[in-house]
Amino acid sequence: MRRTAEKGTRSRTSEAPVIEARGLTKDFGEFRAVDGIDFSIGSGESFGFLGPNGAGKTSTMKMISCMSPATEGVLRVLGRDPARDGRAIRARLGLVPQEDSLELELSVLDNLYTYGRYFDLPKNVILERAERLLEFAQLSDRRHDKVEPLSGGMKRRLTIARALISEPDVLILDEPTTGLDPQARHLLWERLYRLKSEGVTLVITTHYMDEAEQLCDRLVVMDHGRIVARGSPRELIDAHATREVLELRFGIDGHLPLVDSLADLSERVEVLPDRILLYVEDGDEALLAVHGRGLTPESALVRRSTLEDVFLALTGRTLVD
Amino acid sequence: MGSLPTRLLFPGGGGRGRLLVEANFRRYMRHWLLLVTGFAEPLLFLLSIGIGLGGLIGGIKVGGETIAYAAFVAPGLLATSAMNGAMIDSVFNVYFKLNITHSYNAILATPLSTVDVALGEIGWAVVRGTLYSSMFIAVMVALGDVRSWMVIACLPACMLLSGSLAAIGMAATTFMRTWQDFDLVTLVQMPMFLFAGVFFPVSAYPPWLHLIVVATPLYQGVALCRGLSLGHLEVSMLANIAYLVVLGAIGLRITTRRLARLLAP
Amino acid sequence: MALETLTERGAAQPRHGWPPWLRSIWQHAYFYSRTWRSSIVSSFVQPVMYLAAMGLGIGALVTKSTGTVSGVSYLAFVAPGLLAGSLLQLSATESTYPVLAGLKWIKTYWAKVATPLSVGDVVIGHLGWVAIRCAAVATIYLGVMAAFGVVAGPLGLLVVPAAVLSAMATAGPITAFSASQDDDTPFALLFRLGVLPMFLFSGVFYPIDRLPRWAQLLADCSPLTHGVHLVRSLTLDRSLAIGCLFDVAYLGLWVTAGIWMTMRIFTKKLVQ
Repeated sequence: MRRTAEKGTRSRTSEAPVIEARGLTKDFGEFRAVDGIDFSIGSGESFGFLGPNGAGKTSTMKMISCMSPATEGVLRVLGRDPARDGRAIRARLGLVPQEDSLELELSVLDNLYTYGRYFDLPKNVILERAERLLEFAQLSDRRHDKVEPLSGGMKRRLTIARALISEPDVLILDEPTTGLDPQARHLLWERLYRLKSEGVTLVITTHYMDEAEQLCDRLVVMDHGRIVARGSPRELIDAHATREVLELRFGIDGHLPLVDSLADLSERVEVLPDRILLYVEDGDEALLAVHGRGLTPESALVRRSTLEDVFLALTGRTLVD
Repeated sequence: MGSLPTRLLFPGGGGRGRLLVEANFRRYMRHWLLLVTGFAEPLLFLLSIGIGLGGLIGGIKVGGETIAYAAFVAPGLLATSAMNGAMIDSVFNVYFKLNITHSYNAILATPLSTVDVALGEIGWAVVRGTLYSSMFIAVMVALGDVRSWMVIACLPACMLLSGSLAAIGMAATTFMRTWQDFDLVTLVQMPMFLFAGVFFPVSAYPPWLHLIVVATPLYQGVALCRGLSLGHLEVSMLANIAYLVVLGAIGLRITTRRLARLLAP
Repeated sequence: MALETLTERGAAQPRHGWPPWLRSIWQHAYFYSRTWRSSIVSSFVQPVMYLAAMGLGIGALVTKSTGTVSGVSYLAFVAPGLLAGSLLQLSATESTYPVLAGLKWIKTYWAKVATPLSVGDVVIGHLGWVAIRCAAVATIYLGVMAAFGVVAGPLGLLVVPAAVLSAMATAGPITAFSASQDDDTPFALLFRLGVLPMFLFSGVFYPIDRLPRWAQLLADCSPLTHGVHLVRSLTLDRSLAIGCLFDVAYLGLWVTAGIWMTMRIFTKKLVQ
């Protein structure tokens, strides 16, 4: 189920940004996790922070969700400063953290109920919303089951449902599909896409390029605490990668001596431990050229460029170690 | 080859249950502080209630002679220390290995059988109980609560008590399914500790209660230890010993049967 | 405390009208109401069994030899002591494993601070709930004591708040200790070398003056000693001497220090 809708940048000048950061910095003692980043997220957008583990995405999410104080810089969420109005801001946020904090000994429904009470919602309102949310999360028939034996995907869906109990203005998801099997991931994307179409502002961090491409209208690419690129997925790929990529394998280390002879075939070459990537406009044509030079790769793959290639071009490393 | 406690327990060197005892020993050396202070509980009870209350109570009549309260309570607490040493391993850790880490599955893939597993765990519980008991006996002697050299015989008596309780404890653990079931163990251990003759003679109980208490393993152990430390040898001690042996055998049988059923491939 | 709402959607949300700290306490109560079966033994059965064994069993021995202790039957002497002692065990148990569960294993506290609740609300939730549990046990225990004719006069009604004060004196510091641990292995040592000695040597089972001088001095530092003295004085309607006022002040000091320590460590752990 591949969504190919092109999501360009929408004009946001008419509305105030929902989240705004300038020079945002976070230090843990000597270590600088977030290094003076700027970004602006508009209402109803689906905004992504893409980067490998340790890039500073989670630290940024913690500052946005008013759980961690910024060291330097300006941060405004819903127009307020988290350092002063943390409570009021958190009342309007829904957080789906990286590590679940579900009550394992309680039932699915009880988890929604207790969380809703933190927001001072009356019982009947919570139960009413819970019904709809359980349906959304596809957990209606598990509502009285204890959470502990549920699968990872179900727990994650429950966490998302829980975060929505207060009808938040912004939903923050920190690595929402890490650790889930492909089927669970796709179901989750589908649910999030549905939310997006209802106008909920989504802020997502991920190190999966397919997730970023699927879900985000705009995103920033982070590495070592800095933003190295920003734009819509399409814009980023156009700017930093070619249309297609030709991947060639020549057996163990067999590709290394061939790099120079192949370099002229493409705009850019990336040498990975096990293969060569040739960045070209037309992959099939390039492959023919390779054969034309009398080279017989062990395997050849033509694919479209992804955000992974963007990251590779910008930092020389892959998103997933 | 093999650590001292295991060489003592399995002098023949054979018996693969010895390997489990070894594994447990290594693990516990890491938590040596926990191990050493294990007998602290009965010791503290002895110092506090035995001595502190002793002045208020004066003498207790046991088997025709009057003894200080501390000398009365001490052997009861000795039996308790043997019980504590045995129960912790046979119940808590066995549950952990059976249901959480599934260590037994891996062990049974080796030449070890369910009997070896049971004996190994029981063996380790006996080592621990014996360790606690010997330390406690030393304290008893140092404090002068001992009236007879026969107290040395308390050591094998405590080993028997430990083994017996460990076997029963382990058997019970094989029936447990959730953490809440541990409360049932406390529900049995605590009344035994409080009412089975450790702190006061059971002679004052109404007959029906007396019957129930006398049937408990801790009471049997207390009777044995008290008699020995006071130097009163009685025929009833043979009954105590027989009871504990039979109880241990039953426990072992149930355990091996249950383990075979639970761990069957 | 009205929570101002930042957005239209926020303003449209219905309100139950409870302050954040109350919502935090409520969560503990609700969780208990769903899982209480597992703790019924330790909270209610244990104190009653101790009372029966010590009060009646040992009581019979004491009565036979010295008669009264401190002017009353042994049962009347030990019962209030056991109340304070049992509450110490309860508050210690509630302030060890559940705190690590909240911080590390289940992460309940983390869930709370992602909502309009603050770290202060989390602390109030935990300590508040411990106090409520202790009050419930104390009330039932007071009823049992009254049924046995141990309570001497109307001052006995103050036993419940006094017992709770005594329990909370240790709940705070133990909570702070638990929050700073990486796993639960130190808890067994805490109980064996901290809670149990306090339980045995703070005047629960016999008057402090039966201990050697140096031990008496140590016992006087223990908050439980003062809790026991306070609860016993109120139960037996001893004249409210300066000693009781000092007990309240000393326990109050421990409670305050405990709350302060807990706030500090919880803030350190939950806001990074």
